[in-house]
Parts: sequence; structure tokens; C-alpha cells
Amino acid sequence: MTSSMILAETTAEQIEERGKKPKRGERGPGKKSFTPFFLILPFLILSFVFAYLPLFGWVYSLYDYKPALGLSGSEFVGLQWFRLLVSSPTQLAQIGQVLVNTLAISFLGIATSILPLGFAVLLNEIRAKWFKNAVQTLTTLPNFISWVLVYMIAFSLFSTSGLVNDILMDGGLITAPIKFLDTDQHVWLTMTLWSVWKGLGWGAIIYLAAISGIDPSLYESARMDGAGRWQTIRYITIPQLMPTYLVLLLLSVANILNNGMEQYYVFQNAFNQKYIQVLDLYVYNIGMTGNSLSMATAIGMLKSLISVALLLTVNWIAKRVRGESLV
Amino acid sequence: MTTTTTTVAKPTKPAKARRRKGHDHDRTFGDILFAMANYSLFALLVVICAYPFYYLIINSVSANDISALGDVRLFPQGFHLSNYEQVFQLQGLPMAAAVSVGRTVIGTLLTVLASAFLGFMFTQQRMWGRKFWYRFLIITMYFSAGLIPIFIIMKNLGLTNTFWVYILPFIVQPFFVILVKTYVESMPASLQEAAEVDGASLLQVFFKIYLPNMTPILATVAIFSAVTQWNSFQDTLIYITDQSLYTLQYLLYMFINQASSLAQAAQNAGGNLGQIASAATTQTPTSIRMTVSVIVVLPIIFIYPLFQRFFVKGIMLGAVKG
Repeated sequence: MTSSMILAETTAEQIEERGKKPKRGERGPGKKSFTPFFLILPFLILSFVFAYLPLFGWVYSLYDYKPALGLSGSEFVGLQWFRLLVSSPTQLAQIGQVLVNTLAISFLGIATSILPLGFAVLLNEIRAKWFKNAVQTLTTLPNFISWVLVYMIAFSLFSTSGLVNDILMDGGLITAPIKFLDTDQHVWLTMTLWSVWKGLGWGAIIYLAAISGIDPSLYESARMDGAGRWQTIRYITIPQLMPTYLVLLLLSVANILNNGMEQYYVFQNAFNQKYIQVLDLYVYNIGMTGNSLSMATAIGMLKSLISVALLLTVNWIAKRVRGESLV
Repeated sequence: MTTTTTTVAKPTKPAKARRRKGHDHDRTFGDILFAMANYSLFALLVVICAYPFYYLIINSVSANDISALGDVRLFPQGFHLSNYEQVFQLQGLPMAAAVSVGRTVIGTLLTVLASAFLGFMFTQQRMWGRKFWYRFLIITMYFSAGLIPIFIIMKNLGLTNTFWVYILPFIVQPFFVILVKTYVESMPASLQEAAEVDGASLLQVFFKIYLPNMTPILATVAIFSAVTQWNSFQDTLIYITDQSLYTLQYLLYMFINQASSLAQAAQNAGGNLGQIASAATTQTPTSIRMTVSVIVVLPIIFIYPLFQRFFVKGIMLGAVKG
């Protein structure tokens, strides 16, 4: 949920700024109390355990970690895994393909990120309120189901015995079922289309809200000046939505390596594995299935570091361009 | 955007009336064409989004021999509901349902309480190290140690193959804390001052005054948290090997991928019922998959339209600030 991220970021900053008004829970100026701190301590510990403590796990990338032996029993290998990553031709080819998949799917995701905006602009032109509401409810529904269920839908519609093949066969359009799922063709594209199916309606909500926030007098005066539908869309609606779009775009650039693994895991099979393995899935596959925990940690660590660097860069750019930071 | 001459000549009318009339009057052929294309486009999108759900539902209530052939496309055929009774005879399914419901209820409850508590506490200016601890918490949204180190930590803590792995990592959610904190800051600070003058302790202020008045924001948090919990699949995949801790999502995934064990399960399910099953009610892999899918998706279909405004509010709350 990238959109929720922006909200978080902006609020986090601004709340800090506030505080001129009567302050809540303040007894005398500058008097600090330990009570509230001790009350939240258990939660701080939870946060430490699940978010910070695993960072120490990065040392596993310097060992040949075997769970059965524990860290002390495992052999210390220094930077062996990192060296292997760039020196072994087979490893290099594999990670290269994984990176290509990751970037390709991310770029397709960025390319299709304009669709929710278009969806919102067009839906805004619909006059019948009930229709608008029905469209919103029904198109946002897919966002709230799990990827397993999306796969179930894909399976029941597009497997060799699925609905689409049935219809095509009945119509005599094909003689043998088309393998939509068990194939290495167009994997990036189909994955992107499933993401669009799941996220289009939900992604449009933020733009619809932004549209409803546009000053109506802009439209009034444009109409008085004789502007038609396309002109108001082009010169008012879209420019007004651009800031929101750019923020989301920058965030998706920052997340270019983070596709998540769930979607790709459920759609993964022997046929499409070469093209569907994105970084997150690859880390899972070699770490959990292939049992090279240390190698997986090394790759995951590099990914995390690059992601944070990207986020900081993007944030810096945003600060320079908009005068307002994202994070 | 450039022609200004035409408007000058027109007599001025109240803006509203002019606009409405203008619409009816100015509708050109192009406008009508556009409206038709636009309505058709969204009708098509609705079908693409909603039909798959409809397809699952009609297949789960149709005669199993017909649905196995893939002939149920528009309306249920040979309507019956015995699938819903029979899938609960499947080994592991009642347990998985209990685990899914359990994690959703307990997880949501704890997340809501923790978010409310933390959101409130971080508004307390007198808290020692308030800014630091707030940042300490919020910054965890922006980095992750990665799948494997987290897995090893869970294992070392003895959380793998326990129910708590579904609950503990979800309790503290920075984003929800921000939402609640923003909300509390919009409430008058005098509420707390008045209560403290009357001698209420900090905890009393929270539980008696703030918590009951936070319902709108907590509903948003609850609904997001419940959907996340219900849909969660990855944690079972990574942390759980004990079959009694499988969730419905995980079971469904296994049912999609393991056709042969599924057929076996189907036969057993028929046997357990101790009835002479007809072709229409004998479980098939298709009928089991469809029925379990519907069980998994039905809560979402029911609650989503009811709580849509909370979802929308969730996404909008901070966007207004941005």
C-alpha cells in the first residue's frame, strides 16, 4: 500500500512541527516523566525485537550458516558469498536474470501507474451517482483479497481446463487448450496485468478524493470561458492531480527492488520460473527451499541497503523539486 | 479556455440552474458518444472485477458433476448447498478455519488496542524521550532486515510453529500509530486537563476518556488489520510446518496445487458422511476448490461494502495533510 505510506510520511513530519498550542499532558515546562515511557516500553521492545534485532542477522552473510550448528558452530567465511555473487558465472547469470525480472516487472508497474489516474478522471465524468458508487465498490473489491485467491481465480479461469479455454474450445476457435499459466511466454506482462486487476480501483480512490478537493470555481470559470470537457480535463483536472501522481511515482521508484514475493510465489511453476523470479522470491527460494541461508541473507542485505539508499535519494530529489520531503 | 466572447452576451442566471440546463442543452453528439463509451468502459471493468467472484460462487452451489465439466458459467445449475457442509468434513479444514478466525480476532484486537495506546501516549509532551522513541518506532516502516534474518530470529525466539507468530509481529504498526496520534491531536487537550484536575491517572485518562472517543479512527485501524490478518499467507509458508496451525489461505493454496491429494480428501469426505452420494453432491477437486475459495472470500465480500467508508477514510486521512 504505497499510498498509505505517503500519508504516514507527511503526517509524521508535520506532527513534530506542531506543538505551539496548549500541549497535551504537560505538567510544568520541561518536566519529563518516566511513567508514559515505561507504559509504552513493552511495545518498544516488540518493535525492537521484530524490526531492529533481525538487523544483527546480517552477520549470517559472513558465515556458512547451518541452523543445526548454530552461529558459533558455523564456519566464518568472510566475504565469500559476496565474492561468489560477482565471480561465479552461473551465479552471475542467475542473479542477472533475477534482476532483469525485478526491474522489468517494476518498470511495467510504473508504466501502468498512470491507469488509476485515468480511471479516476473518466469515472468523474460519469453523472449517475449510483453507477459511480457501484463501480467504486466492485472495482476496489479485488484489492482486498489475498494473492492466493487471485491465483485461484486465475486457475479457474485460465488453466488448461479453465473457463476461457472451455469457451474457446466450444466455439471451435482452438483445438488444443492454450497454456496461459504453465508457460514462459509473457510472464512479466501477465503478472503486471494481475497487479492492475487487483489494484486499479483502489489506486483510483486517492485520485477521486483529490478531484473532489479541487476548487469548483476553477471549473466554473473555465466553463464560462467556454472550455469543453477535454479542455477542463487537460488544463484543470490532470494538472491538479499531478502532485499526487508524482509523489506516488517517486515512491514506486524507491521501491523498485521490492516487488514482494507473495504474488510471484503463488503464480510460480516449473515453466515460468525463469522469468517470474523477482529478488524477493529468489531470496525465499534459495534461502528457504535451497537452504543456502547465508547467500540469501547476503542478497537480502544488499537489496535492503540499496532500497534505503534509493528512498533517501528520491526523498532528496523531492525536497529539491517540491521543497517538501516525502519521508 | 480562450473564448470569452460568448458568455458576455448571455443573461446571468443563478449558477446552479445555468449549469444544469447547460448540460441538457449543450449535449452534442460527441458528448453522447463519449458518455456511452465511458459507461460501457466502466460496465466492462465492473464485469472483469466482479465476474470471477460470481463464477466461484455459482460453481460452489451447482451440481458437482456439472461444475467439474466447467459448464456453469452464468447461472447455478442443479442448485445445492451440501458442498458447504461437506468441505468441513475435510481433514484440517475446521482447524484451519479456527486458526484463521482466531488470528483475525485476537490479532485485530491487540493491534487496535496497541495502536490506540501508543497513539495516545505519543501525544504526551512530558514523556521522557518522546521524540526519540516516536522516531524509533516510525522509522521501522522504511527498512527491513530481510526475510531470512527475520526467519532466524523467529526461530531463535521459539516462535516458529506457534500461534503467536501470527500475532506478535503485527501488534505494533507504525502507520496505525501515526493515524491515531493525528486523531488524538485533533481532540481538545482540555479533555485531559480537566480529568487530571479531578485526579485521574494517565491510564484512567486513556481508558475512560480517550479510548471511548476514538471509535472512528479505531474502526479504520480494525478493518485494515482484520483484512491483513485474514488474507495473510506468507507467514504460514515461512514459519509454520505444523499442520494444525495452517490457515484457510494456506489450505486453499495447497488445494489448488495438489490435485491428487485433493481427490483423495474428496473421497474421504464422501465416506465420512456415510451417505450414498449422488454424482451431483460427490466432492470433486473443482467443487472443493470453489467452495473453500468462497468460504475464504465471503467475509471480505460481506464486510467490504459495509465498511467501505472506513477503508476510504484510512487512505484519505493523511493524504489531506500531504
